[in-house]
This record gives sequence, C-alpha cells and structure tokens, in this order.
Amino acid sequence: MLSFVLQRLLQSVVVVFVLSIVLFVGVWLIGNPADILISSEASEADRLAAITALGLDKPLWQQYLIFLGNAVQGDWGTSFVYKEPVTSILLQRLPASLELGLVAFIIAIAVSVPAGLYAGLKPESPLGRGVMAFSLIGVSIPTFWQGMLLIVAFGIALPILPVGDRGQVATHFGITTSLWTLDGWSHVVMPAFSLALLKMSLLMRVTRAATMEISRLDFVKFAYAKGVRGRKVVVRHILRNALVPLITVTGIELANLLAYGVITETVFSWPGLGKLLINSIKVLDRPLIVAQLTYTALLFIFINFIVDILHMSIDPRVKSVLRRAA
Amino acid sequence: MTEPFFQVDGLNTWFFTRQGVIKSVRDISFDLRRGEVLGIVGESGSGKSVTGMSIMGQIDEPGRIVSGSISLDGQELTALTFEEMRRYRGRKIAMVFQNPLMTLNPLMRVRDQMYEAISEHEDVSHREMHDRCIEVLKAVGIPSPEERLNAYPHEMSGGMRQRVVIATALLLGPDMIIADEPTTALDVTIQAQIIYHIRRQIDERGLGMIWITHDLSTLSELADRIMVMYAGATMEIGTTEDIIGSSRHPYTRKLLDSVPSRNTPGEKLRQIPGNMPSLLSLEKGCPFASRCERATEICSEPVPATQLSATHRIWCYHPFEG
Repeated sequence: MLSFVLQRLLQSVVVVFVLSIVLFVGVWLIGNPADILISSEASEADRLAAITALGLDKPLWQQYLIFLGNAVQGDWGTSFVYKEPVTSILLQRLPASLELGLVAFIIAIAVSVPAGLYAGLKPESPLGRGVMAFSLIGVSIPTFWQGMLLIVAFGIALPILPVGDRGQVATHFGITTSLWTLDGWSHVVMPAFSLALLKMSLLMRVTRAATMEISRLDFVKFAYAKGVRGRKVVVRHILRNALVPLITVTGIELANLLAYGVITETVFSWPGLGKLLINSIKVLDRPLIVAQLTYTALLFIFINFIVDILHMSIDPRVKSVLRRAA
Repeated sequence: MTEPFFQVDGLNTWFFTRQGVIKSVRDISFDLRRGEVLGIVGESGSGKSVTGMSIMGQIDEPGRIVSGSISLDGQELTALTFEEMRRYRGRKIAMVFQNPLMTLNPLMRVRDQMYEAISEHEDVSHREMHDRCIEVLKAVGIPSPEERLNAYPHEMSGGMRQRVVIATALLLGPDMIIADEPTTALDVTIQAQIIYHIRRQIDERGLGMIWITHDLSTLSELADRIMVMYAGATMEIGTTEDIIGSSRHPYTRKLLDSVPSRNTPGEKLRQIPGNMPSLLSLEKGCPFASRCERATEICSEPVPATQLSATHRIWCYHPFEG
C-alpha cells in the first residue's frame, strides 16, 4: 500500500513536470501578452520597460526555469492583469467552484445510481424506460440552454430561486462557503442542478448498463439459487460489482465538475474558476492560465489516485495486480 | 427401486418476446429418485437449461411457466409464492452452473459466499457455519479448506472453484441438485475428479441429481437414466443402458454417432445435417422431422409417447427396431 502511494506520487510529479512544459510552450504559442496588455499609444521606452518588468524579454527557456524555480517554492507568479499573486486569486475563486461542483456531484450521484440500478434491474418496466428517456434528454440538451431554461422557469416565471452570484457566505471550521447559509443554498441549488444534469444522465446510463450486464452473470443466478433474498442479491452481488466501472467514470466526471464548470458558471454568473479561466485566456494572462491548468491537472491526478484506492478496496483482483507490480 | 420424490409433469416454459412466443420447453415430464442421477442431454437451445431454471423458479421475464406441475415430496413448487420458493432454493434444491469462473462473485471471499448460503435459511453461529463449510469442502476433496475459505475466487483454479460451488450446493443437505454442464468448462482429468466426488456424495447422502449436458460420454459414466431433448421436447427417456446401448430414436442415434470417440480415427466426424428449427415457428409434429432420414408425412402430426419397456419411452413414429 505504501509503496503504491509512493509510486503514484512519483508518477504524479513527472506528469505535472511534463505538463508544465507543454503548458508553457502552449501558452507562449497563443500570442504575446505584451501586444494586449500594453497600450498601443505607449512610447517604445515604456513598452520595453513593461516587457522587462513582466520578464517577457528573456528567452522562453529562461522564463520557464524562472517560473519553475519560483513554483517549486510556492510562488506561481503574479497575474499580469490583477497584479496580485496568482495563488491568492485562485484561493479566492476556488471555494465557489468547489461548492458548486460538489453539490452538483452529490445531486448527480444521488439521482443517477438508484435510477440507473432500477432501470438496469427492470429495463422493460415503464419507470425503467422513463429513466432512459430522461437520460437521453439530459445528454442531448446543451448545458447553456437548459441553464437558461432553469433561470426562466425558477428565477423569473416562478421566482422561487435567486439568480446569479453565490449569496451569503459564512465561515465555520476555517472554511468559507455559501453552503453554511440557507441563502447560499438557495443560490447554489439551481446552478448545481444545471451542472449535474449532464453527468446525472451519463451516470444513469453507465449504472444501467453495468447492472444489466452483471445481472446476467452466473454468480447472480447462483446467488438466487442459494436462496439469497432479492434485495441482498442486488446490493451484495449486483451493485457491488457495478461499482467497479461506475467508480472509474464517476471519478472522471467529478474532476470534470470541479474543473470545467465554465459554461454553467458563465450562465449563472457564478464567481468561480471557470469564468476566471475564460477571462485569463482572453487577455493572455499567462501566469493565471498556467496556474489554473496546473490546478486542473493536479485535481485529475488526485481524483484518479482516489479512484485507484477505491478500486483496491472493492476489488481484490486489483489489489493483487498492484501488489505484484509494486 | 424407491418411489420418485420429485416429479415434473407436462411442463411448458415459454418466453413471450416481441418477435413471438418462444416455446423453450414443451410438455416435459420426468421424475427422480433418491440416489439417482438423471441426465438431460441435448444441443444448445434444446430447452435443457430452461428446464433446470424452471425447477428453480428462476425463469426471468419475459419467460414463464405456462403450464405443468413440478412437485417435490408432494409439494407443488409452481404454486409457491416467490418468498416460499426462495426458502426452497439452496435448502431443498441446489443448483450448480456451467462456468466455475463466473459462478462465484469475484469481489467476495469464498467464506462470505458460503456463509450467505446458510445464513439466508438458518440462524446459526459463525462457529457452526465455519464447521459446516469445512466439512463440505473436505467432502468434495479440497485440500487445506481453511485457506480456501479465506481466499477470493481469482486465487483459485477453475477446478477448485467448481468444487467450492458444489460444496456450497451441498451445504444445507438438499434433496436434489441440478447441475447445468458443471464440468464442461474443465479439462478432462479435473472433470473426472469432480465426477468422482459428486457420485460419492450422491451415494452417501441419497441425493437426487439432474445433470444437464450436451456431452453423452460423460453421462454414460455417471447417469442412471437419460432424457434426450430436442427443440424443447423430449425425444426419448430411459435408463442409461436403454439410451446408450439400445436407443431406438433416430435423433438419439445421430447424437450417439456424433460422439468423437465412436468414430474411426482419420474418418470425418459425423454431424447431423441441418439446423434445429426456430423455436418461434414450431409445428405440432416432430421437431426433428426436417433433419430426419426416416421422416414421412405422418411426422407432421403430434407425436404420442410409446412405452417400449417399463423404463424406456420414446416419441417417434418411425423408431428403429429393437
């Protein structure tokens, strides 16, 4: 177990390192921030001074090494636009994105797993077909459009939910989030549902497919043949085995929710990372872009790590494979 | 000979699909005595597995038992509720499946899967469950049963897993076991060992056994009586000698001819020409008629049973002479 964690950690460092090079070159290719940030009316001397101040006069490899040296020490640079350390900007925005993503995730799981399980056990039943119809609609409607529909329905036509912004936040146990207040919840629930809809529909399908596949297997028939009660067969044998593929997909979807809420955050003017990323790309705020994408990469690495741990705890075959590999 | 304790009479199990009604099992009747192995032999789609699942009450939608009676010790099983039938499964009738690699849940320890078979029926201590598991594991010839109990299925070979499955079936001392191709997926030496242990358990415990297979050569060693099925219907039923030695049915003869060991080396394997008719469009007559060399017009009429001897019954208008 420990060797697995260490191995993973080492792998992650390599991944992040390689990724940082790709990011750096990629962002450099997009364009020169000096052209955007410096007014065209500025004198040539001012222009050069500004370029030197931003460190853009040095060759790319030097810029990268400086960035790397600082990043290792925890300094991810200063935003070209906000003139603030990138880390503090990210930390300001992070809670909003995390709370939106997590609430959306919980909604998606709470609905999709039971619904998908039911639809997989009784695919021919009216409710089972209904679940499939719902998920088809869910994956088909564009996120921005259903978001706007929700705003029209629950924000305007039937004004029971506030639209835009996070609402009141509070701080408990050192965590500042809108989830501590009722007002905050009223703000988060609609964008979270909107964000959850696509994932919910996807996970429903995955759960249903896994359930149907596993129900046909001999060990399920054997469990019934032993006289095991139906509910226990479903929980112990079918659901538990369905969790194996489900956890993989769920992990990727959770990372997506936490990292790419761009559309939903824009539609609901949610002050999270998604909007920030779009804005930083528009103005070529290199440090902010690099920091955000690195955060995203770390998030995926971390969640994949958790997924592997969960797999190991559920599936003994995975454990023995990893033990042999380590 | 003892009286049969288990009877199937006029069983019809049909599947109501969108394409039409699939009559997987049509008018099947047989019985079983204690200490007896009844082999059910047939090709894929002959209805032999559906017969087994019908007895277990495990026919899934859109299938159901349309008519007929299944009775164990005078108790009509088709009349039981789902919960009553659950209490019969594993306790009175156990079942063993074909592929030992798939019959055990890969995520659960052998112990939990065996314990579950007991605890769903009886309220006994862990100590006692443990002792009972060890006892049946030993009975099917599993070395170091304590270790096996702790193992996960993937840590054992196919033959070892199938023994675990058979041991699980024996746990509650059932009256009968239905085995659906239990040795087909195993290699021949393992097959022989498992058959040896099963035969011993049948004799020691006075079990009744239904052995479903497509392999006549295994049955000739193990079965007391054999029922030959084709396209959901019984073709012939009799003692192993009746069927293997003196079969009168054209289909059974063809089936026997196609057993590789009966062919001369170097000669082409003998197949039965043609395919099984679609179960969706069965006529009232003999389903084998279209592939049968002896078929005449009368074969499209419903075929009555002919009692050839006290043990031997046949469904054919043109049987071979005895």
